[in-house]
Amino acid sequence: MDLFEYQAKELFAEYGVPIPQGKVASTADEAGEIAADFAAVKGDGTPLVVIKAQVKTGGRGKAGGVKLADTPAEAQEKAAKILGMDIKGHTVHTVLVAEDTDIAQEYYLSFLLDRAERTFLSMCSVEGGVEIEEVARTKPQALAKIPVNPLAGVDHAKALEIVEAGGLPPEAQAGAAELAERLWAVFTDEDATLVEVNPLVYTGDGRVVALDAKVTLDDNASFRQDWARFADPTAVDPIEARAKAKHLNYVKLDGSVGIIGNGAGLVMSTLDVVAYAGEEFGGVRPANFLDIGGGASAEVMANGLDIVLSDPDVRSVLVNVFGGITSCDAVANGIVSAMALLAERGEAVRHPIVVRLDGNNAAEGRRILADAGLPHVEQVATMDDAARRAAELAAAASNGA
Amino acid sequence: MAIFLDAASRIIVQGITGSEGRKHGARMIAAGTSVVGGTNPRKAGQTVELSGQDVPVFGNVGNAMAATGADVSVVFVPPAGTKDAVIEAIDAQIPLVIVITEGVPVHDTANMWAHATAAGNRTRIVGPNCPGVASPGKSNAGIIPADITSEGRIGLVSKSGTLTYQMMYELRDIGFSTAVGIGGDPIIGTTHIDCLQAFQDDPETDAIVMIGEIGGDAEERAAAFIEKNVTKPVVAYVAGFTAPEGKTMGHAGAIISGSAGTAQAKKEALEKVGVRVGRTPSGTARLVREVMQTR
Repeated sequence: MDLFEYQAKELFAEYGVPIPQGKVASTADEAGEIAADFAAVKGDGTPLVVIKAQVKTGGRGKAGGVKLADTPAEAQEKAAKILGMDIKGHTVHTVLVAEDTDIAQEYYLSFLLDRAERTFLSMCSVEGGVEIEEVARTKPQALAKIPVNPLAGVDHAKALEIVEAGGLPPEAQAGAAELAERLWAVFTDEDATLVEVNPLVYTGDGRVVALDAKVTLDDNASFRQDWARFADPTAVDPIEARAKAKHLNYVKLDGSVGIIGNGAGLVMSTLDVVAYAGEEFGGVRPANFLDIGGGASAEVMANGLDIVLSDPDVRSVLVNVFGGITSCDAVANGIVSAMALLAERGEAVRHPIVVRLDGNNAAEGRRILADAGLPHVEQVATMDDAARRAAELAAAASNGA
Repeated sequence: MAIFLDAASRIIVQGITGSEGRKHGARMIAAGTSVVGGTNPRKAGQTVELSGQDVPVFGNVGNAMAATGADVSVVFVPPAGTKDAVIEAIDAQIPLVIVITEGVPVHDTANMWAHATAAGNRTRIVGPNCPGVASPGKSNAGIIPADITSEGRIGLVSKSGTLTYQMMYELRDIGFSTAVGIGGDPIIGTTHIDCLQAFQDDPETDAIVMIGEIGGDAEERAAAFIEKNVTKPVVAYVAGFTAPEGKTMGHAGAIISGSAGTAQAKKEALEKVGVRVGRTPSGTARLVREVMQTR
């Protein structure tokens, strides 16, 4: 789960990581009021506040989502322009109104996973305030990568090692090291997979401050963390939200062939095979990712079909199941019961459903499905042919509509 | 021979009294695997009946090893207790621990790995979030269906469970030396590279199938390794060409971040070093068939 900047900064504040003062606004009026509060405290004529679009994507500045404002009226006006803006497909619902910071120098600091070394990594650079991928590409020597052993962690000495390796100037090192130690606490105690500060700022008056904040949390750790406060109803697709409530692993995509399969790898593969087959039918693409897991019980299958068919873009459905531990006869019975369950709920199936069953006891599974004589269900023996048929049916339905 | 697991392997199940542990413990025994015990600190001294066999329960891995000579542990302990279970196995110096549990926090996995490294890497970790290791006809440690394939000379390493099963099934007439499900988490114990090395060194393996997916750069690193170290033919498959950026596709590690971790980049890296990459799972199986026939 990615956090918004303001949420990440709330976490930073809890751990004593220095951040500029700021508040979140969801309307332009609120933004103006927050700016007026800052003005009352400050009032020295310098640019007063910075208005920052809260979206979970990079490149906000370039997209015009970050603006300075000199007066409360200007803050209100700028916020009005930023709110509702679309930045790389993300709609801006809130802005962070923060006190402007007197920037002397900009650095970069992060903690993240090192998949290759199966450990943690800190990255630090004196080249901050620009995209770090750019630094890595053009000036790799300026980006220090320091492995962090999870058992040893980051103490003061390690934090100093990190900021020195990043080439931070002597005057900034003590402050940056202290900040790094606190950032490490955020990373470990909050089960983060990424904490990134870009830019990390050395101010005109000699302080080190996290001007921006990016945090990604490990969903697998939610059982031991209290993350309800970070929920973001505006960003969740309504079908994804309903799927989540039913404990289904669903991701909405932009095509017209609904996909149900068992196992994440097989479902990803099914999406690809449908997209390849769809090229032949004018670019038919998968409508979703849905992994119903190894079990594939009748109830889970019914819930899965229900979710996939509730997507108005769906024109056909491909059920691609490999019977392993759960053999194909059980899966076939699951599909038959699922159709009955949907009929009971008054959600009669109107779209064609292509089923591919293979693996353990496939012959018996196919016989059960055939004998059930379900009107919308068509069986195809192989994954490639089933994908092709589902794409063809989706194309036909779209053309007919 | 096979790799990691053979007919002589003596297996214990950590979490043997739980529903998953019982179910799959029984399946392993039914497949002819030597399951010699299990652990549950609260039920030491009891036995569980699995597939008509009374399996002794021990308080910890060390006791189970001392009493049974176990050299492999399969972990079904739920996520909140997985880290402690694996560290217990490492401290007991068991040679192989296979972590089936899905949903383990990645900080815990990083800790397990650091612990194993600090202990001198005496314990190989496979997983977490993996289907396990199967050497058909010899031993089956985990949740891979035992009866979908046969013993043969293909080695398989995969991030994905069901794609592993599908490949084993499609090539059941040729058969496999060992299939290793390494799991789809961002940090895992045993990697593609570890398995490629082991298959390269295994006299009973003639060709290697490698299944990857979006996220990270394990496939790119495997490609670099193959170029330098692997002389046996390798056929690969990569899933996730249509996956959007920034969305986790089922597996915790299966996410494209920015432009990193795409299926296209992985495919290109593999093809560049002479690995044939199938377009679909069936197409990949056909490539393997060709390779095995020309040997």
